[in-house]
Amino acid sequence: MKTTADPKGVLTGEHFLDGDWSCAEGALAAGCRFVAGYPITPSTETVERFGQRIPIVGGVFIQMEDEIASSIAIQGAVWAGLKAMTVTSGPGFSLMMEHIGLAAMTETPCVFVDVQRGGPSTGLPTLPGQADVMQARWGSHGDYEVIAVCPNSPQESFDLTVHAFNLSEQYRVPVMVMLDECVGHMYEKVVIPKPEDIEVFPRRWTKQPKDKYLPFEPEFDGWIPGMVKAGDGYFLHVTGLTHDERGYPQMNAECQEKCVRRLVDKIRKNAERIVCYEETSIEGADVAVVTYGITSRVAYAAMEMAGSHGVKVGMHRPTVIWPFPEKRIRELASQVKAFVVVEMNYGQIYYEVERLAAGKCDVHLVDHGGGTVHDPEAILECIIKAAGQR
Amino acid sequence: MADQTVVATLRARSRAFGAPKPRPVRAKIVVEWERCKGCSFCVEFCPQGALKLSAEFNKKGYHPPLADEEKCLDCGFCELVCPEFSIYSVVLTSSAEE
Amino acid sequence: METAAKTRKTAHVADALLRMDRMPHIWCPGCGIGPTVNCFASALAKCGIEREKISIVSGIGCTGRVAGYVKLDSFHTTHGRPIPFATGLALANPGLKVVVYSGDGDIMAIGGNHFIHAARRNVNMTVICVNNFIYGMTGGQVAPTTPEEARATTTPYGCYEPPLNLPFLAESCGAVYVARWTALHIRNMTNSMVEALTKKGFSFIELIAPCPTLYGRLNRLGDGLDMLKFFRENSEIRNGADTHTIDIGFKGKIVCGTFVNKEAPTYLDRMNAQLAKVLKDRYVPWGASATTGSES
Repeated sequence: MKTTADPKGVLTGEHFLDGDWSCAEGALAAGCRFVAGYPITPSTETVERFGQRIPIVGGVFIQMEDEIASSIAIQGAVWAGLKAMTVTSGPGFSLMMEHIGLAAMTETPCVFVDVQRGGPSTGLPTLPGQADVMQARWGSHGDYEVIAVCPNSPQESFDLTVHAFNLSEQYRVPVMVMLDECVGHMYEKVVIPKPEDIEVFPRRWTKQPKDKYLPFEPEFDGWIPGMVKAGDGYFLHVTGLTHDERGYPQMNAECQEKCVRRLVDKIRKNAERIVCYEETSIEGADVAVVTYGITSRVAYAAMEMAGSHGVKVGMHRPTVIWPFPEKRIRELASQVKAFVVVEMNYGQIYYEVERLAAGKCDVHLVDHGGGTVHDPEAILECIIKAAGQR
Repeated sequence: MADQTVVATLRARSRAFGAPKPRPVRAKIVVEWERCKGCSFCVEFCPQGALKLSAEFNKKGYHPPLADEEKCLDCGFCELVCPEFSIYSVVLTSSAEE
Repeated sequence: METAAKTRKTAHVADALLRMDRMPHIWCPGCGIGPTVNCFASALAKCGIEREKISIVSGIGCTGRVAGYVKLDSFHTTHGRPIPFATGLALANPGLKVVVYSGDGDIMAIGGNHFIHAARRNVNMTVICVNNFIYGMTGGQVAPTTPEEARATTTPYGCYEPPLNLPFLAESCGAVYVARWTALHIRNMTNSMVEALTKKGFSFIELIAPCPTLYGRLNRLGDGLDMLKFFRENSEIRNGADTHTIDIGFKGKIVCGTFVNKEAPTYLDRMNAQLAKVLKDRYVPWGASATTGSES
């Protein structure tokens, strides 16, 4: 059940913005009114923009003392009733991992933006990378599931940030927006629609009366508990310890199975509803290029060149990268001769595709350490090679 | 020379020699027997010395306190110092009602 | 007297304010955390703030379990991070009174940085730090408050680090209310808690508590009762004392009192003032101006 955007946060019109700024606008349009952040290149412009805009819209921006503080301050703001987001890059993303786990365990809807840069460690602060993709899913300790989206343009940064907020409210889960330095710092036309044309998923407030309300008992769709906020007299208890429906810690294996299984299954069992991808020329293709983010822009160029070599090549581009479009990749594995996975890392999504292909077709990787985008010729070479075999 | 009204007031308030001192409060001490962990804070710090550990013990093997309610003045110290929230006093009457 | 009799309760003052369905709690016999929670329940009843508007946030540790036992909107967060969580709560809903209730290791070691900045910003919250000089929950490791020469499992031959002086740190960071009491000072502690709850800004109360199972046992200080008797003999109330003179040494004197009680604009006061000054009519103010104890 969706509503439309609060006009106060929507900068309707045609703009010339970079990905970082579009992300900030997407958050405002989605109803985000609290951002806690810490400066880190190449993400800082997002919080700077939010900090400039929020006093006019109405809300709070605070630069916290570190990423650890930022990643939990937003959760306090969510439990006070606001939509909240934090923004960082690789090193800060690593610091935030404990609190991503806390948000998953306490089912706190919030958005974490990672404007990826070259890594590991301090790496290449001002240059792109895509090597945090696996970390987005597996970075925190323990079993949990999150959702991650992957824009490839400033326009998509806006659209997918709105979508990220919507998914986080719908599934009461932290959602990662995986930008990269290129998309973050490139300027392109961004069209921001009128508020009535932006669908916003409102917070799933509980409909239970206070004496019957259980904070972690599924109320919506059979999976999602109803949300409340501090100050409304529910006197709820929220803990990162394994807990029962009342929110009280229960330290035993039965409770672990009940509590954590649902956290994982609410995403895994709904994966087909959550996945989202864009396909180009995939019908009848011999080679399917699987790619995401800025790399997909380069891959389009390589595909055109391959076309003129007579290769039937198509592209599968996830915009929601976690959960990964498993069903579709398995289908494609039976239809194509080969996958060519192109990513700006030394192989991350490649292993997912290989696993899902299950030997039905070849899977090739065109990797790149980051620092700049791929050379289209390198992708072309691999596409031709892939088409030639089998 | 003492003021005549002051002296008169003092005389009116003084009691006869040997009469019992009026008790300001009568209170009952309630102990959550099974919750007590026998730390003895209440026993030691009761300003009236109204508590002592019982010889009996509860299910967990601790000796909860017994009260001499004649001495309790409902000061509330035991209530606040108890780490288990398991002792408090309840006023039965007050001097105004006696 | 008459009034006292008429309003006298028939149950423990804490019963309505604690999650009695979770009793007995996990704290050891003779642990000092219990008395502080007792006083906190009493302070909640006395402070005149609607219980719905008070939220409590704890970290990890023995004192961190307090959030789980108090019947308020309660949040048991990660180790060292109740203060930034509380900052988010307090800023997002200025109508809430947020209390952080956690231990010395949680707030001052891993959480030290957050303490410094929340105090500096004068975020509207009350921080109650129960100091038992040790990391109790994990078995008795050294804490930044462990006095020199005291033993802990990670300083088995005696601690050789100078301990932090918490009221001094709080005052120097800008806290508007700083007090220290021991678990024995139940009346003063309750009154301090009421003062802190009803005060606008960052207030800090350090509560010295016995940990008989670990700090007490490892240092041969006896049980909880022995340690409270030690507090009785060795604590001294000096309201307004200079906080830099009130370090606590091993088996040393404990100076208690209210050391700082001043007024200063809170984070939101300053934010609203600055943004209104620069943006004038375009600024959308956040939260109304502060009322006693909480901003709404």
